[in-house]
Amino acid sequence: MDVRTSIVWDYAPAPESTDHVRLRDDYGLFIGGEFRAPQDGRHEPTFNPATEEPIAQIAWAGEADLRAAVAAAREAQAAWAALPGRERAKYLFRIARLIQERARELAVVETLDGGKPLRESRDIDIPLAAAHFFHYAGWADKLSYGIGGRACAPMGVVGQIVPWNFPLLMAAWKLAPALACGNTAILKPAETTPLTALLLAEIIQEAELPAGVVAVLPGDGATGAALVRCEGIDKLAFTGSTAVGRDIQSAVAGRGIGLTLELGGKSANIVFEDAALDQAVEGIVNGIFFNQGHVCCAGSRLFVQESVADEVVSKLWDRMGRLRVGDPLDKNTDVGAINSAEQLQRIEALVAAGEEEGAVRRSIACDVPDRGYWFAPTLLTDVSPAHRVAVEEIFGPVVSVLTFRTQAEAIEKANNSRYGLAAGIWTDKGAKAFEVASALQAGVIWQNTYNHFDPTAAFGGYKESGFGREGGPAGLRPYLRVS
Amino acid sequence: MIRRLPHVDRVGIEERAATLGKRSIKTTAKQQGIRLAVSMLDLTTLEGADTPGKVRHLCSKAVCPAPEMPEIPSCAAICVYPSLAGVAAAALAGTGVRTAAVATGFPAGQVPLDVKLRDTEDAVSAGADEIDMVISREAFLAGDDARVQEEIVRVREACGDAHLKVILETAELGSYDHVRHASMLAMEAGADFIKTSTGKASAGATPGVCLVMLEAIRDYAHRTGRQVGFKAAGGVSTSKAALHRLVLVKETLGDAWLTPDLLRIGASSVLNDLLMQYAKTETGRYGRSEDFSKE
Repeated sequence: MDVRTSIVWDYAPAPESTDHVRLRDDYGLFIGGEFRAPQDGRHEPTFNPATEEPIAQIAWAGEADLRAAVAAAREAQAAWAALPGRERAKYLFRIARLIQERARELAVVETLDGGKPLRESRDIDIPLAAAHFFHYAGWADKLSYGIGGRACAPMGVVGQIVPWNFPLLMAAWKLAPALACGNTAILKPAETTPLTALLLAEIIQEAELPAGVVAVLPGDGATGAALVRCEGIDKLAFTGSTAVGRDIQSAVAGRGIGLTLELGGKSANIVFEDAALDQAVEGIVNGIFFNQGHVCCAGSRLFVQESVADEVVSKLWDRMGRLRVGDPLDKNTDVGAINSAEQLQRIEALVAAGEEEGAVRRSIACDVPDRGYWFAPTLLTDVSPAHRVAVEEIFGPVVSVLTFRTQAEAIEKANNSRYGLAAGIWTDKGAKAFEVASALQAGVIWQNTYNHFDPTAAFGGYKESGFGREGGPAGLRPYLRVS
Repeated sequence: MIRRLPHVDRVGIEERAATLGKRSIKTTAKQQGIRLAVSMLDLTTLEGADTPGKVRHLCSKAVCPAPEMPEIPSCAAICVYPSLAGVAAAALAGTGVRTAAVATGFPAGQVPLDVKLRDTEDAVSAGADEIDMVISREAFLAGDDARVQEEIVRVREACGDAHLKVILETAELGSYDHVRHASMLAMEAGADFIKTSTGKASAGATPGVCLVMLEAIRDYAHRTGRQVGFKAAGGVSTSKAALHRLVLVKETLGDAWLTPDLLRIGASSVLNDLLMQYAKTETGRYGRSEDFSKE
């Protein structure tokens, strides 16, 4: 046999090295500019969801720790706010540069702790986190230009609770504008992904931010609930589930506390028959399989015009077959591990409910490791708008396909949701794209792309997806008292 | 005939092509990939100064690219002007390496159809196994799809048993929509391969152009069941670029296309870079260009 026709070719494993990562065995609470043992908290391990192995022991804050952090933040706030904006900017620039310097390490830790593919933590999470600090460093000395020329003052001490899907990036989204505006901040990272927030605390130490300006207090939902109810907080910012968002809103009612909520979504990705279909398919894949679908703005409701539905589904299924699922540290992995056992159960339960209601399920064949939490990218067809999988947020690599006949029907169906976070529009006609965009109730609308983020663009929701905006000049407003 | 253009989103296609350029090809994957790339090379010389001597040297290089590394396979073909097809065919007889000749008024194609046909027939009778023709960009850009197709059909007939590769010269087509449309025209007209470029234009087988053409091949195969080959030519001058093209093919058309019967890379200088990179995976150090003969 001719050697030339008998060569088989596949990618060899290409794991990113972890040798350069220097993690400690245990991490304390970051309060008053130093790492401390908890007063009334405890230690819990954080796990690698791709192997179920513990990575490090993490201190969880108790109520006394919360009070200590709030007191330190309160003490530091007046001096921090009194600094000229350009001085605060210097600290933010310094943090941004240190994130860039430690980018490789941060990317590996983000992947170890959260299960997302290294390709994403390396190319998206970490560079964008640095970009947010750079962006808001630029705003620190020109705040009133960002709010229409009015006078303003910081809110004071802010409590910030971030989710596990983009741990460092969400911390950056929250901290950068808060600090630029002269607030001091108490950050509570998510229960399953505290590590990069703690590395960020190290970076903040290295940047010599005044003690107390930032505190990092890991913990679970109970810690978050305690922070929300803690005396001495002037503003809360939360990104996470709608259920928790509701609890927070009722807890702050009547206390004169500012609040922004960035909650769930069931975003519509609308493909018109005149779209560039291959690129639309690419956008569908990016929209729902990015970060295993653990994305609040994931394009989980796919609306395809009936005239091209078969073609799009066939192309999508073909493309899904090329997704590489497995070791998140491998540089060629497209889809990594599900973040936790709990999340995996939730995804499995919802997909099973979808099948019971009559949706047709197709999951790609993929070899996944024996240990760890995995869910194969899944396509649901024959979905009706009333099915649970078309209504509830799955927060996993599962796309539900629905069809429409006309532009008006597409708009009506897309808006027929309790959520309103994001939407995608795929068409080659500019006028149609603008017409549809202005009729959609969604905070973020992408045209001929999906899941692209930029620090200059505002992000936030309508309806049960929350309120308040993050990013760009709009992201300053929630952290300022405007007079 | 009314032209109905398909839509290709420039930003989207280039993003996807760039993402695939980030695949990490290391260790055994790199070795196998390099061997595969060598086996798909159409080793090319298309200069006014080409002589029988130069062509014979190139032929021996194609048959045995690296005598000291016997696991390196032969190249797929030698690509020359029709006047030298006979020389190449004689030098390659019995080796399994094929003779390809550019024809039809290469590279501009600005000659009458009868001259193009005669050019093709001459190359085939001189011993060419494969004909690389150029489409009439003059007709395509003027909107005359019928003439573009008619020419391909006629050249296809003139080829007889020889394989036909149709060069779109994508750098002159002006948009990805046009590249996709021209790919479809060529496949409908009977092309065995579609090929990006002559190597004489300002740009060649850019990742975006390759991906558009590969998607067209995939959709055509899906619709008709016929597998059309792809040849990337022009600008593929490093191992990294060659491996990137293989990744594009693997993740668009699948492993079935990773064979010289359906995939070619047209180049000259890339061969020695492939050999140097291969030697590096064996010895752990980079060699010098003098370690390998130029032709």
